[in-house]
Amino acid sequence: MIYKGKQKIWSDYQKEIPDDHWFYARSCIRQNFFPASEKYFLEIGRNVLGRDICDTEHHTTCGGIAYHSDVIPQETAMTIVARQFALMTEMGYRNLVASCITSFGNYTEILETWREFPELEARIREHLWKSCRREFEKPEYLAHASDLMYKWRNDIAERAQYRLVNKDTGEPLDIVEHIGCHYSKMFPHKGVGGAEYPCVLSGMVESWGGRIVDYPERRHCCGFGFRQYLVKANRGYSVSNTYKKFESMEPFHPDGIITNCPGCPYFLDRWQYVIAEQTGKTYGRDGFGIPVFTYEELAGLVLGINPWDLGLQLHQTAVEPLLDKMGVAYVPADKYLGLNREDLLRPELPSVLKCF
Amino acid sequence: MKRTMERLYDELMKDYRFREGMKTCINCGTCTAICPAAEFYRYDPRKIVDTVQRKDDAEIVALLKSETIWYCGECMSCMPRCPRGNAAGLIVMALRELSTRLGCFVESERGRQLYPLSKALNGNVLQYGYCVHPETFTIEAHPEAGPVFAWHLAHRHQTFARLGAPYLQPGPGALRKIPQEDLDELQAIYDETGGTERMRHIERLSEQKAQEMGMTPEEYMQYTFEHCSPGHFNTD
Repeated sequence: MIYKGKQKIWSDYQKEIPDDHWFYARSCIRQNFFPASEKYFLEIGRNVLGRDICDTEHHTTCGGIAYHSDVIPQETAMTIVARQFALMTEMGYRNLVASCITSFGNYTEILETWREFPELEARIREHLWKSCRREFEKPEYLAHASDLMYKWRNDIAERAQYRLVNKDTGEPLDIVEHIGCHYSKMFPHKGVGGAEYPCVLSGMVESWGGRIVDYPERRHCCGFGFRQYLVKANRGYSVSNTYKKFESMEPFHPDGIITNCPGCPYFLDRWQYVIAEQTGKTYGRDGFGIPVFTYEELAGLVLGINPWDLGLQLHQTAVEPLLDKMGVAYVPADKYLGLNREDLLRPELPSVLKCF
Repeated sequence: MKRTMERLYDELMKDYRFREGMKTCINCGTCTAICPAAEFYRYDPRKIVDTVQRKDDAEIVALLKSETIWYCGECMSCMPRCPRGNAAGLIVMALRELSTRLGCFVESERGRQLYPLSKALNGNVLQYGYCVHPETFTIEAHPEAGPVFAWHLAHRHQTFARLGAPYLQPGPGALRKIPQEDLDELQAIYDETGGTERMRHIERLSEQKAQEMGMTPEEYMQYTFEHCSPGHFNTD
């Protein structure tokens, strides 16, 4: 009886994700900090797995960061999103996939609010018509890009050049998964596995040979907090939350971290640098930190893509410890080269956190 | 007839987020227990919800002028855990909206941060079509981005090209130049939906406050972006 009840609850948190034909909405933060992740999302989807994904130059920010920093009214944010829906409609698509977790949460919140308050949807349609002369259909299906990677995880595993396995011991690598808060905390039934047991990232890790680390602060926020990071005076909040997570995961000696939010990999990467420089503490072995990855970066490594094509040189916390454990082939001297092997010099090294 | 003391509660009830987030709070404190902000700031979402549901104008005005409504990180960790389906985060968003609209935000240090936030975020959205953009992201403002990012910014045209991003170039791709006609539509949306008026409102009241504090707008911008007085943290 209890088992059946659990099965029913679990079934509420499964998503039937359409297989093909997606309109892609990019992420502001990821384009700045992880531009190659979005490139390889499209590469893997289109060229490796043969899916149809539309990437148009005409879409813009969804305004989600401005909205959650309280500097635009809700109706402004909703109308910007309505315009994205109009572009999707005009280009003949019905499924929208968001690269950004803030956007995914924003789109979900807007669709749910319109469902409950149809008069608001009508007003936004009027705003969009008056400002842009556009009309739209709502997406039949809304996904986050990590939902698609989750759906593709076994296809990727079949093509794996490397696995999340220690090449010397044959043991699975221990991976921390960090889910962006707005993926499923606001609307648990919209995320694979809900808010308490999201399996969108753990599913990828297990398919690719790794082992998930469970630790006390697994669901704690990375500490972005919008205004709590964007304003310099408030950043103690941000680093304190990341510190809490690292202190909690440290006893489990993770080999790497996988994330599905734009901000989380940046904060979990950069605050390790700050904690090291300020306190002398590092969380990896021999003065290194714990490498942090987007799900596209980890998928790319599994598929044998050159780490420097994936943009891993833009991480402040060195990724090489994980590459070496996996046995990934890479050329250290190529790390900071530009296009056509242009010499771009090298970044300065931090004084505490070990980097290459 | 409504009592006049419920005027601000009625204003809050016009906000869809408030209607969604505010049901009947039983004061259990689950939201505070799970809240990342409550752990570091002198912040207690349970008390905020309790105060609001008393519907007392004087208490709500005090909240609108307070530091406390600006401590939330809007992570919404409170939302799935509340046994009564409230969302303290949504209530805080509605309180911030009302604080901004009524001009109460300039009465608190954290509220005054709307000035640099609006300038930076709305500036990026309307000029580039992105909330964040490398042309306005500096290492001086973001030293935590580290030496790798300093190197990346110094060589950004080459590093973005290396990673397949058509930086400031036409056509699809990461950090492309968004066509002017699309940026014009964003501006038209701001004009139509109150975004432009909101920006001007924040600027007007902030610049008045700057004058009152004996600062130029530039000094006020720097001060509100960087200054943190004692008293915000649990450890203070």
